[in-house]
Amino acid sequence: MSAALDTLKLSSAQIAWRAAQDMEDGAYVNLGIGFPEMIAKFQPEGRDVVYHTENGVLGFGEAPAAGEEDWDLINAGKKAITLKPGAAFFHHADSFAMVRGGHLDLAVLGAYQVAENGDLANWSTGKGGVPAVGGAMDLVHGAKRVAVVTDHVTRKGEPKLLKRCALPLTGLGCVTRVYTSLAVIDVEDGRFVLREKLPQLSFEDLQSVTGAELKIHGDVADLAVPEL
Amino acid sequence: MNKTIAFASEAVAGIGDGTTVMIGGFGGSGAPIELIHALIDAGPKNLTIINNNAGNGHVGLAALIEQGMVAKMICSFPRSADPKVFTDLYLAGKIELEIVPQGTLAERIRAGGAGIPAFYTPTSYGTELAEGKLVAEFEGRHYVQERWLKADFALIKAELGDPLGNLTYRMAARNFNPLMATAATRTVAQVTRIVAAGEIDPEQVVTPGIFVDGIVEVPDPEQEESLNREGAVYP
Repeated sequence: MSAALDTLKLSSAQIAWRAAQDMEDGAYVNLGIGFPEMIAKFQPEGRDVVYHTENGVLGFGEAPAAGEEDWDLINAGKKAITLKPGAAFFHHADSFAMVRGGHLDLAVLGAYQVAENGDLANWSTGKGGVPAVGGAMDLVHGAKRVAVVTDHVTRKGEPKLLKRCALPLTGLGCVTRVYTSLAVIDVEDGRFVLREKLPQLSFEDLQSVTGAELKIHGDVADLAVPEL
Repeated sequence: MNKTIAFASEAVAGIGDGTTVMIGGFGGSGAPIELIHALIDAGPKNLTIINNNAGNGHVGLAALIEQGMVAKMICSFPRSADPKVFTDLYLAGKIELEIVPQGTLAERIRAGGAGIPAFYTPTSYGTELAEGKLVAEFEGRHYVQERWLKADFALIKAELGDPLGNLTYRMAARNFNPLMATAATRTVAQVTRIVAAGEIDPEQVVTPGIFVDGIVEVPDPEQEESLNREGAVYP
């Protein structure tokens, strides 16, 4: 990415803020470990969201204060959590029944690559080392909406949104929306459809750092995010 | 009926070389640390271990692996804050790894305990983890056939246990424990407290005693996370 794009782009917190705005009141949501977890911090006021974690908790809240941790009460990232009123515990098979059975409204994951047909690669760089998949391959097949939060390009400036993924796949045709550092893009009928872009960024510049054609159906809104 | 076992050493005594052992827990939460340490003291070799992870630091499952007792790990996520023990052995080709998506791992164990030899799941379809597996189409979607997972032994952690083997769990320490209890030829639970039959409200029993062969009381059990923060090493 050019130096100009690099100064324009949203921070991780701003991408998380934007993704949080789409969580509906009453939604059951799973936020993937790492970057997606940040979305909970920006849950819009007045909306009730119930968070699910793979290891068997519905309705957890923020991290406890240091020294207040109970290590029997953690999330999928092995971080200590607290409970909100109305929380529930369950075993792993029930937890993944919630996932695969289509009971979650939204799952948000990170990505190495996303393809215009909705394929996601987020578990293996294909370079050897120790493979580890966790719950990602299950999560992409259960939630009604599967969203990705990601930088628009890699650290080397290569597009992460592609015609086809080159890295090992997590799931086929599973992604419905991508929140990037430059734009909000839907996957519809095997194409990337641009919904929002940073207002200072031209369509041509955005297309030049995207590895597949960006379609425009209807209005493209400004991607407007507060300073965070 | 009294399934109480006095010592953890007695509880793991039947685990010989080449045994397949399910170990409950998700990371340190729900991990039966005292039973794992008793197993290390007993010293069987060439174990196949089924757990969500592959140990953290140098206690519990990581210590079992560090002792060279584990030939194969079946897990979903062999990474942790301190994964050095497993990572070094794996990269040196000294331990085998079967990587299983987490929900598939849970369901394979559930199926093993429920007498269901195979099932279909959408998970992993079209990925390298589905290579060589049967695929079938149901209502226009593709699904991968997965097989049950069973073990010779399950070592699990629960909160309350009674002499009939009825168990309750504590918060998110439940995770894989109730599933593994059903899927092993012999299941032993460490419990924080043994209470008399009838003291656990039948409405509150999570694992009915039919799935449990032995219970050992371990009051104030160690937490893997706390041990790791102290830099503990076992043995």
